[in-house]
Amino acid sequence: MSANNSSDLHVVSDRLARNAMRNVSERLIEGLLLCAAAVSVLTTLGIVYVLVSESVHFFQNVSIIDFLTDTQWTPLFDDAHFGIMVLVSGTLVSSLVALAVAVPMGTIIAIYLSEFANSKVREVAKPILELLGGIPTIVFGYFALLVVTPLLQIVLPELPGFSLLSAGLVMGIMIVPYIASLSEDAMRAVPMSLREGAYAMGSTRLYTAIHVVIPAAFSGLAASYILAISRAVGETMILAVAAGMQPNLTWNPMEPAATITSYIVQVALGDLPHGSIGYQTIFAAGLTLLLITLVFNILGQWLRAKFRENY
Amino acid sequence: MQPLTTEQIRAVIARGKLRDNIFKALGIFCLAFAFLVIVALIADMAMKGSERFNLDFFMNFASRRATQAGILSAWVGSLLVMLVTALAAVPLGVAAGLYLEEYAKRNWLTHIIEVNISNLAAVPSIVYGLLALGIFVYQFGFGQSILSAGLTLALLILPIIIVSTREAIRAIPAMIREGSMAVGATRWQTCRYHIIPYAMPGILTGVIIGLARAIGETAPIITIGALTFIAFLPPAPFTGDPPAGMFDWVFAPFTVMPIQIFNWTSRPDPAFEVNAAAAGFVLMVMVLSMNAVAIYLRYQMRKKIKW
Repeated sequence: MSANNSSDLHVVSDRLARNAMRNVSERLIEGLLLCAAAVSVLTTLGIVYVLVSESVHFFQNVSIIDFLTDTQWTPLFDDAHFGIMVLVSGTLVSSLVALAVAVPMGTIIAIYLSEFANSKVREVAKPILELLGGIPTIVFGYFALLVVTPLLQIVLPELPGFSLLSAGLVMGIMIVPYIASLSEDAMRAVPMSLREGAYAMGSTRLYTAIHVVIPAAFSGLAASYILAISRAVGETMILAVAAGMQPNLTWNPMEPAATITSYIVQVALGDLPHGSIGYQTIFAAGLTLLLITLVFNILGQWLRAKFRENY
Repeated sequence: MQPLTTEQIRAVIARGKLRDNIFKALGIFCLAFAFLVIVALIADMAMKGSERFNLDFFMNFASRRATQAGILSAWVGSLLVMLVTALAAVPLGVAAGLYLEEYAKRNWLTHIIEVNISNLAAVPSIVYGLLALGIFVYQFGFGQSILSAGLTLALLILPIIIVSTREAIRAIPAMIREGSMAVGATRWQTCRYHIIPYAMPGILTGVIIGLARAIGETAPIITIGALTFIAFLPPAPFTGDPPAGMFDWVFAPFTVMPIQIFNWTSRPDPAFEVNAAAAGFVLMVMVLSMNAVAIYLRYQMRKKIKW
C-alpha cells in the first residue's frame, strides 16, 4: 500500500515538474516572440538615433537659419552653402507632378472598380495594378530617362534630357496602384444600404459615386492620398536616374534638379570619409525627409480621425 | 414648378446614362493605360536588350566594354543578399505577427508596436539606407557587405511580412484554437501545430511579395555603399572552413541587379543602354514571376480553404 502511494506521489510530482517546465518554456517562447515584435520599435529608435546624432554634429557646423534660408546647396565645394530649400524645391515639384497624375487616375480607377466594374473585371484588374506597383523603381527610372523623356521631347522640344517633369510623370504612374487599391478598399467598405438609398431616389451610378460613396469614404481616400505623398517624397531612383542630380532652386518642372533623395544617392555613390561634413549632410537631408513624411502621416491620421464615418 | 413631361424625363435619364457610360469608358481607359505602361516597359526592354540575351551575359562580369559586360556578379549578389534577407526577415516577421495576434495583451506596449509597424511601412526606403549606414556599416562594423545589405532589406520588408502574417492568422477561426487547447495543448503547441501550418500559405504570400520588393530595392543599398564594379564572386555560402570560414560570404563586397542597372543607365555611352535594358528585363522577369507566384498562391488559398 505504502509502496503504491509513493509511486503515485512520484507520478504526481513528475507531472508537476513537467508542468512547471512547460510553463517555463512557454514563458521563454513568449519572451522570444515579444523580442521579435520589439525589433520594429528598435528600428524606429535606430532611425531616429542615427539621423539625430549625425545631424547634431552637422548643426554644430552649420546654423539652422542658414540651413533653412540659404538659396544655394554646394556642400562639397570650398565655398560651401547648405540651403536645404534647394533640395526641398526639387522634391516638392516632382511630387506635385506625380500627384497631378496619380490622384485623378488612381481615384478614377478606384471608382470604376468599386462602383462600375463587375467582379470578373476586378479579379483581373487588381493583380495587374499590383504588378504595376511591384515593378522595381530603378526600372521605372530607366523608363523615364530612355522612353518617356524622348517621347515628351517630341511634344516639348525644349525639354532637357533630365527633367523633373518626366521623372514626376513616371513616379505618378508608379503611385497609381497605391491610391487605386486603398481608395477602392475604402469605397467598398461603404455599406450597400447607402447606395441602395441613392439608387432608389433615382440617382445614376456616377451620381451615387460622387455624392454618396466618396463623401462616406472620404477619410479612406484622404489616407490613400497622404500615403501617395509619402511615396512621392521618398521616391529615390526614378529621380536619381531621370531628373539629373545638380542642385537647382526651381519651381519649374521642365528643369533638371536634385531632390533630397537623389542628393543622398549622389553622395553615397562617391567616397566620402566617415565623419566629414559631407557625410553628415546626408543625415541632415535624411532627417528633413523623415520630418516631411512624418508631417504628412500625422496629417493623414488627423484627417482620418476627423472624417471617419461610422456605420 | 412645372412637372416634367415624359420626353424631358427621358432626356434626363439619357443624360445620366450617357455620363455613366462616359465615366465607365474613362475608367477602362485609365486601367488600360496602366496595363499599357507595363507592357510598354517590358516590350521596350526586351527589344532593346534582345541582342544581349545569351549565356555570356549571365556568365560575364561587369566590363568597360559594353558588349563584353555581363551580370554575373549582380545576379549572384542579388541571390545572396536575398538569402540573408529571408533568413533574417522571415523568422522575425512571423514571430512578431504571431506575438501580436496570439499572445499580446491589449495594453500600451502592444499599441506602441502596432502604431510603429504601420508608421515604418511609410518610411522612405532611403532612410533605411541611412540607418544601415550609421548602425550596421559603422557601429557594428559589418562594412559594405552582403550582411549589411541583407539586414537592411530585412528591416525594410519586415512590416510587409508582419502584416500578412497577422492577416493570415486572423483568418483562422477561434474553434481551431479552442479545440487544440481543449485537448490540453499549451499556447505554443497550438501555434506550432495548428496556427502556423494553417497560416502558412498566407505567410508565404507575404514573404514572396516582400522579397520581390527587396530584390528591386536600389536606394538603401546604394546608401550603404555597395560597389558598382565587382569582378569577382563572393565565396559560396556555407562552404568555407567551419566554423568561422562558413560565414566569409556574408562579409564579402558585392553588387546587386538594380545597382548594375543604375550604373549602366547613368553612363553616357548609349552602348550601355542595351545592357541596362537587358538587365532590367531580367530583373523584371524575376520580380514579376515572384509576384505571379504570390498571386497564384493567394488564389489557390481562397479557393481551397473553407472553414
